[in-house]
Amino acid sequence: MSLEAAHNTNIAVHEHEEHLAHQFMNRAQQDESYIVGMWSFLVTEILFFGALFLCYSIFRIQYPMAYQEGHEELSWQLGCLNTLILLTSSLTMVLAVHAAQVNKRILAAGWLVVTCFLAAGFLVVKLAFEWYPKYLHHLIPGVHFHWPHEGFSEVAPGKAELFFGLYFAMTGLHGIHVVIGIGIMGVLAIMLLLNHKSTQYYMPIELAGLYWHFVDIVWIFLFPLFYLIGKR
Amino acid sequence: MNFPFAPERASDFADKIDPVFYLLLGLTVLFTVLVLSFIFVLALRYRRGQNVNRKNPRHHNAILELTWSIIPLILGLGVFVVAAIPYASVYHAPKDAIEIFVVGKRWMWHIQHANGVRENNTLHIPINKPIQLTMISQDVNHGFYVPAFRVKRDALPGRYNTMWFTPTRLGKYHLFCTEYCGTNHSEMIGSVYVQTAQDYSAWLANAGQEVADKHQSLETLGEGLYTQLACGTCHDKDGIGRGPTLVSLYGSKVLKKDGTATIADDTYIRNSIFNPSDDIAAGYQQVMPSYKDQLTEEQILQVIAYIKSLNKSPEGTKHLANPGTTGSVSSKNSAAVKPNPLTPAQIPAATNAATTPSTNAPPKDLTPKNSPTAPNDATTAGKRI
Amino acid sequence: MSIQHAPAHDASVQHNTEPKKNYLNAEHSVASWLLTKDHKRIAVLYLISITFFFIIGGVAASLIRAELTSPHGHLFTNDGYNKLFSAHGIIMVFFFLVPSIPATIGNFIIPLMIGAKDLAFPRLNLLSWYLYSIGGLIALGAMISGGVDTGWTFYTPYSSVYSNGQVVATLIAVFIAGFSSIATGINFIVTIHKMRAPGLTWFRLPLFIWAHYATSVIIVLGTPVVAITLALVAVERVFPIGIFNPAQGGDPLLFQHMFWFYSHPAVYIMVLPSMGIISEVIANGSRKRIFGYELVAFSSLAIAGFGFLVWGHHMFVTGESVYLAMVFSLISFLVAVPSAIKVFNWTATIYKGNITLHAPMLYALGFIGLFTIGGLTGLFLASLSVDVHLNMTYFVVAHFHYVMVGGAIFGFMAGLHFWWPKITGRLYDELWAKIAAAIIFLGFNLTFFPQFVLGYLGMPRRYHYYPPEFQVWNVMSTAGSSILGVGYLIPAIYFGLSLFYGKKASPNPWNAVGLEWQTASPPPTENFEDIPIVTWEAYDYTTLPDVESDLDYPSLEGDGAIAGFHSGGSK
Repeated sequence: MSLEAAHNTNIAVHEHEEHLAHQFMNRAQQDESYIVGMWSFLVTEILFFGALFLCYSIFRIQYPMAYQEGHEELSWQLGCLNTLILLTSSLTMVLAVHAAQVNKRILAAGWLVVTCFLAAGFLVVKLAFEWYPKYLHHLIPGVHFHWPHEGFSEVAPGKAELFFGLYFAMTGLHGIHVVIGIGIMGVLAIMLLLNHKSTQYYMPIELAGLYWHFVDIVWIFLFPLFYLIGKR
Repeated sequence: MNFPFAPERASDFADKIDPVFYLLLGLTVLFTVLVLSFIFVLALRYRRGQNVNRKNPRHHNAILELTWSIIPLILGLGVFVVAAIPYASVYHAPKDAIEIFVVGKRWMWHIQHANGVRENNTLHIPINKPIQLTMISQDVNHGFYVPAFRVKRDALPGRYNTMWFTPTRLGKYHLFCTEYCGTNHSEMIGSVYVQTAQDYSAWLANAGQEVADKHQSLETLGEGLYTQLACGTCHDKDGIGRGPTLVSLYGSKVLKKDGTATIADDTYIRNSIFNPSDDIAAGYQQVMPSYKDQLTEEQILQVIAYIKSLNKSPEGTKHLANPGTTGSVSSKNSAAVKPNPLTPAQIPAATNAATTPSTNAPPKDLTPKNSPTAPNDATTAGKRI
Repeated sequence: MSIQHAPAHDASVQHNTEPKKNYLNAEHSVASWLLTKDHKRIAVLYLISITFFFIIGGVAASLIRAELTSPHGHLFTNDGYNKLFSAHGIIMVFFFLVPSIPATIGNFIIPLMIGAKDLAFPRLNLLSWYLYSIGGLIALGAMISGGVDTGWTFYTPYSSVYSNGQVVATLIAVFIAGFSSIATGINFIVTIHKMRAPGLTWFRLPLFIWAHYATSVIIVLGTPVVAITLALVAVERVFPIGIFNPAQGGDPLLFQHMFWFYSHPAVYIMVLPSMGIISEVIANGSRKRIFGYELVAFSSLAIAGFGFLVWGHHMFVTGESVYLAMVFSLISFLVAVPSAIKVFNWTATIYKGNITLHAPMLYALGFIGLFTIGGLTGLFLASLSVDVHLNMTYFVVAHFHYVMVGGAIFGFMAGLHFWWPKITGRLYDELWAKIAAAIIFLGFNLTFFPQFVLGYLGMPRRYHYYPPEFQVWNVMSTAGSSILGVGYLIPAIYFGLSLFYGKKASPNPWNAVGLEWQTASPPPTENFEDIPIVTWEAYDYTTLPDVESDLDYPSLEGDGAIAGFHSGGSK
């Protein structure tokens, strides 16, 4: 849909040539290549996270109690807040892509900056209000791990470590993706503001958008799995 | 000089799978020779400069291609079935199988017979009797492999694997570890001795001179642990304690607190001792501590043997499982369910003192847990033999 | 069928003029190589790097064989031996076999074959080489500074808790190299989908392209799983998250499932591109279209698809459920069918061909023989009860070396010889090449055939010491390996010499069809001056004039007495 829109708007023939990498014959081929490439990349990303979701499911079935008690250590309110932040950032990303498609350079840069700030906000909530208190409470797997419910809990510390291991691994991997997203969007925003020639062409922003929506969707799965469905 | 082509064949399982092996070998030779001779003949016949008929070369031929797709398919399915049948039988040992327990640890095999006789890196078994091996590993993955029997199964940490076979030839055979387990992996080897029934009984009776408690069956040893660890405080025979009774537990269906049910097999009992909080029986609270640090894998096997023996009579009094042995009946029998005054909180301290002198189990491995920088087992690292 | 075949002397016109600009002499600075975005230069960089790692892996292999000459080896300690076979496995699998054909020959040839100026994402391609190199150097550093003794399979809990080697560094190295192959895979998928020359429909594609497409799909779907699995092992060594550690309630078998989910298909990453090369070479050597083109093309995809459903056959003795084991065994037998189809169809291609036994063809025919043995012995291991005996023995070692060396490396050698004139613009010494092919074939069989017997006798793999009755076969294997080593040295010499003293290659020294032969040797940076328009089917050898002298090297004086083409660098 976006391809059609772009072609129907204002891109003149000479611009086709201007933004054409040497290996492509025409813009249509170039655009489609980028889209196919990005989707292939997202497929690898799905499998990348998929392996972790598999681990999550297997141990969830084996140790439901550990998952329940671990889940109770997580704040669903903060999770909700972060979900809202990320959903909003997806919206601003869509607006940025649209602005780029209709050639509103400064507007696109603006929305990208907003998206960056939202993403950073997500990380602040994640690190400062979730991970750091867990560090203080000795819930990071390792020699300092301390399971406060030991003794009267039905969950052995090893299992709780397993739950928190998965929690940190999955949200951590997602967090790394958020950081990479901030980097990509930040660079694109600066290039837009400088009117760099590679961003006079909307495709890089569209690709960044695809990536950002993927990061968002991963969180949409992580949020209920860790924060919501602990209770039976 | 030794120039062997085939391993000795010393078990019923070997008799079953060797024909499959040779069938496959035949097919392999047939197809390889077929393909190679075709290539050889055709490549020479049609090489450049040869004056041969090259008219009407075909570029496809649906019937021909279908033929050589379907023939391998049918052959393959046939071999699959033939090969799967003996494999499936490995999972179901006959009822009268002699049960022997194997614990793999770096880098030796510990073997316990039902009457308590233990051996390291050797396994004595009688000929023409089905033998069931139940194995587990105390550290990393190991593989129990006797080429002459064509049997192999991994001994894994944290779960029991079983296999069975019937030895059919007397002799001494190689025992190998096949899952790579670190420095001395290739020295984690041993011998399997297949003996006549008489020799075997004689060996069982006299073996293990070095084993102090040779006259105690696994059940007795397990019962001793039951007493020392004061398991009876909670798991009494009447089922009125804080924990469920162990009488008739083995093999029964256990309802768990989370509403699911499970069969109380070896793995379940082992896990319930090591990780009591994983599977809590319905109607009970989680009060039991983990015995991970107090029991070795061998001792767990003894406890399981004892719990199994509690099934044999409704009162929970036990009989020795192995009437063929010459060992005397332990006088500790009647003490099995004697109430023990220790409270659960006192157990660790009490048991540490109690376990060590009374059992002859090898010292528990000091396995470096989660410390990548810990040196290898100090006694073996870098040692040349 | 409107191609090209101008009179033979057309091509010679330009050939004797000024040295033309090509991708090799376009620029000479070091930076022009290290920052190149030209797929051909990146392929050359890859070729140099994988050769380097092949040499290291090969030296490790010869040391292993030397040690196993005696039942009680005296060269290494137990730990030393364990580190040696781990280094051999890790380097050969992750740093040689996986990138070997796709990243070198595939990288070079795919755009040429489909009439494109480059891969779709040249910068990604360069990034892939850098990732590979960084990964390789980290792995090398880890092996020098203490080594790693987990074997290339990194089984837990040994790797995650017990091993003392440089496991984390090695895992990071493999992780990074995984992303290098993901980058290559994505690049190929997009290139093959979107960059084909006008008229080059899917069923006009050479089978080499089909094979690489299937390979790329496996890379894209499989590599991320093994990457995250190995990353989890690395994390477990630092933080005890316990996913694979039974002491904490984790599951070591889960690691094996996730590892083999990639690592079984990885075998097809190694052997499918090789099959693609074999199709090209057999078609050229027989001067015939590959028999049953469509079936061969689809069998590549079938292998890729089934390849993802058979990983459990590595775990028949771990005590997995008997029903699960049966399913995995059954599907493993099904994989044999597309493989068999390929072998039969290649054989049928030779029938009524016009066979030239040039060096690539010798390797290709050798491949068919060895792959047949390798594939059929795979069925022993797919057979449930037989696998109980053979699993984890030298039978497995022999089997996968027949597939990986006899398959992947023979294909690699066939392709390297076939496209060497295209890559370097030089002709190598055909006589020595044939001699080397024969030596490698003999040495290979002498090395690995005894290992089948050893496996059946029951010798476990990864054994430093072994019972003395196995010595005869081990000595035989070691003898073979020294012949094999010599066999590999000869190509290194004549290829090296050809760079300086080899005759100049014409655009199409093999008188082959395929777009890559329509441009100059070596090709110009832009590959084609005009993008060709394809109107013919793949392997359309019937339309080529049968030039008698073109394959006879002594008379190939670089005079281009060869079919010229209307397009490409020659005009």
